[in-house]
Amino acid sequence: MVQDRTLSARLWNLFLISLMALIGFSSLAPILHTAAVSLSNTAAAAGGFVTFWPRGFNIESYRKIIDDPHFFNAFWVSTKRVFVGGAINFILTVMMAYPLSRSHREFKSRHYYMWFVLFTMLFSGGMIPLYLVVKYLNMFNTLWALVLPGAVPVFNVILLMNFFRNLPKELSEAGLIDGAGPWFMLARIFVPLSLPALATVTLFSIVGHWNAFFDGLIFMRSVENYPLQTYIQQLVVQLPPEYMDSTNMDLLDKMSDKTLNAAKIMVSMIPILLIYPFLQRYFIHGIMLGSVKE
Amino acid sequence: MGGLQEAVDRIMNHFQKHYHLMLLPGIIFLIVFHLVPLFGVVIAFQDFNIGLGVKKSPWIGLENFKYLFQIRDSKVIFYNTVFISSGKIIAGIIVPVTFAVLLNELRIAAFKRWVQTIVYLPHFLSWVILAGVIIDMLSMDGIVNRLIASFGGEKIMFLASNDWFPWLIIGSDTWKDFGFAAIVYLAALAGIDPTLYEAAEIDGATRFQKIRYITLPGLVPTIILLATLSIGNILNAGFDQIFNLYNPLVYPSGDIIDTYVYRVGLVQAQYGFATAVGLLKSVIGFILIIVSYRLAYQFANYRIF
Repeated sequence: MVQDRTLSARLWNLFLISLMALIGFSSLAPILHTAAVSLSNTAAAAGGFVTFWPRGFNIESYRKIIDDPHFFNAFWVSTKRVFVGGAINFILTVMMAYPLSRSHREFKSRHYYMWFVLFTMLFSGGMIPLYLVVKYLNMFNTLWALVLPGAVPVFNVILLMNFFRNLPKELSEAGLIDGAGPWFMLARIFVPLSLPALATVTLFSIVGHWNAFFDGLIFMRSVENYPLQTYIQQLVVQLPPEYMDSTNMDLLDKMSDKTLNAAKIMVSMIPILLIYPFLQRYFIHGIMLGSVKE
Repeated sequence: MGGLQEAVDRIMNHFQKHYHLMLLPGIIFLIVFHLVPLFGVVIAFQDFNIGLGVKKSPWIGLENFKYLFQIRDSKVIFYNTVFISSGKIIAGIIVPVTFAVLLNELRIAAFKRWVQTIVYLPHFLSWVILAGVIIDMLSMDGIVNRLIASFGGEKIMFLASNDWFPWLIIGSDTWKDFGFAAIVYLAALAGIDPTLYEAAEIDGATRFQKIRYITLPGLVPTIILLATLSIGNILNAGFDQIFNLYNPLVYPSGDIIDTYVYRVGLVQAQYGFATAVGLLKSVIGFILIIVSYRLAYQFANYRIF
């Protein structure tokens, strides 16, 4: 590349660098601000004096979180749902993607399954019928209500299916000659060869489970069953009067506490920030994953 | 060789039942949580009572739909839904494309990687969290209004103003997802033949001419594809985001189909009517998706599988 050394070129580069730095900062700014508020003293935060650096630095709000059993409980519900839900998603995704990735010659009924799966992805009965099904199955207030309705992540199945289809045919042919059955083939050839793809879909499903709040809101009838996002939604973001019963009255007076709310938001972000390095290594790959077809 | 082909066929046949077996658990879950609710939409044609259940609730034919076309709410929520999602689609193309083109102009690889890593982050944070942050920043004594006041401006109640609310929704959604959306465009840019740029340089093209005549045309197929696919989503204006940011004051400008279904159905317990609204949305959405996939296939030879 020929390096342009004229004044206008340098100015343009300087402009670009500053613009990109500004954009990068604007993506981080809300998070930095929240972090700063969570570490400031309550008076400074309530007055709106905190910008991007804590005023009257203290970790009082984080100390209060440690003493808050409701918060910990919600954190634990979310953790359970990530592990249980993530595992169910993983197993079902792999087990569905493999047969669907076989050609029509190898698996005669493929088309019927494929159309069924696509139909469920594109057409849904909406919120109310699902709510009623979960209700009639008596799953309200259980972890199952959070992990089973989304047990099959159809989008991930299709992503992985496309990945499986693009693996060289010679590998499964070699397996066939060596007498490998379908389960062995899946577990010992396809899964080990698809680790980046599997990492991508697993990360998608983990993030999805961690960030979900709405199912917790409609399927959980008491605060102690709320996953973390629902808890934050109800007690930090908004508090409709119908939820104000005696059990959470004690939480009410903490509501006005800006620093405490900010600290709760920061703590609920931690798991995402922890897996972020992995996320961003794999997801670029993942987003391109389904796009190359034979 | 007939013997070998026969043997292979026999093995393949033997595999079939294992394939069915592998699909079985997933299919059961899809039936219970997708297909059964689909049959559940019959309550759209009932005066559904949760105590009586689907079997005993009285059938009322198209009453729910008639009512839907009579009330003023329907027009408002339909308009809001389409307005907000169109705004998101348009901004969701222009901003990521501009960002990708400008980032592509940067020649410092390490800095580029840093910027990319940072702008992806908001995509992975939930709307609950971001709404908490946004509400705090935009409140009357929040950082934004303090800034406005310090420049001598009048404080604005952003989240209670029908003039501001839809734009706030479009803006914050674009802010959250432009980095992630830019990935596709950056990949498309990486695929442009570098000899085109070399040839243009020899011909004495300026930087802007190169962008205008090489970079942007190189992005057009991707832009057309993504724009077409987004047609199918025009009735999804972003439930999670609006649900966490709105309040009764901005219902006239911010209430969308999904939030309306939630309030009427689950809060006010008018199950039959809410299901009718949801069903109408699903049917229109389904048609739009099929149309958009057809178009995408025609324009860009795109196939989902």
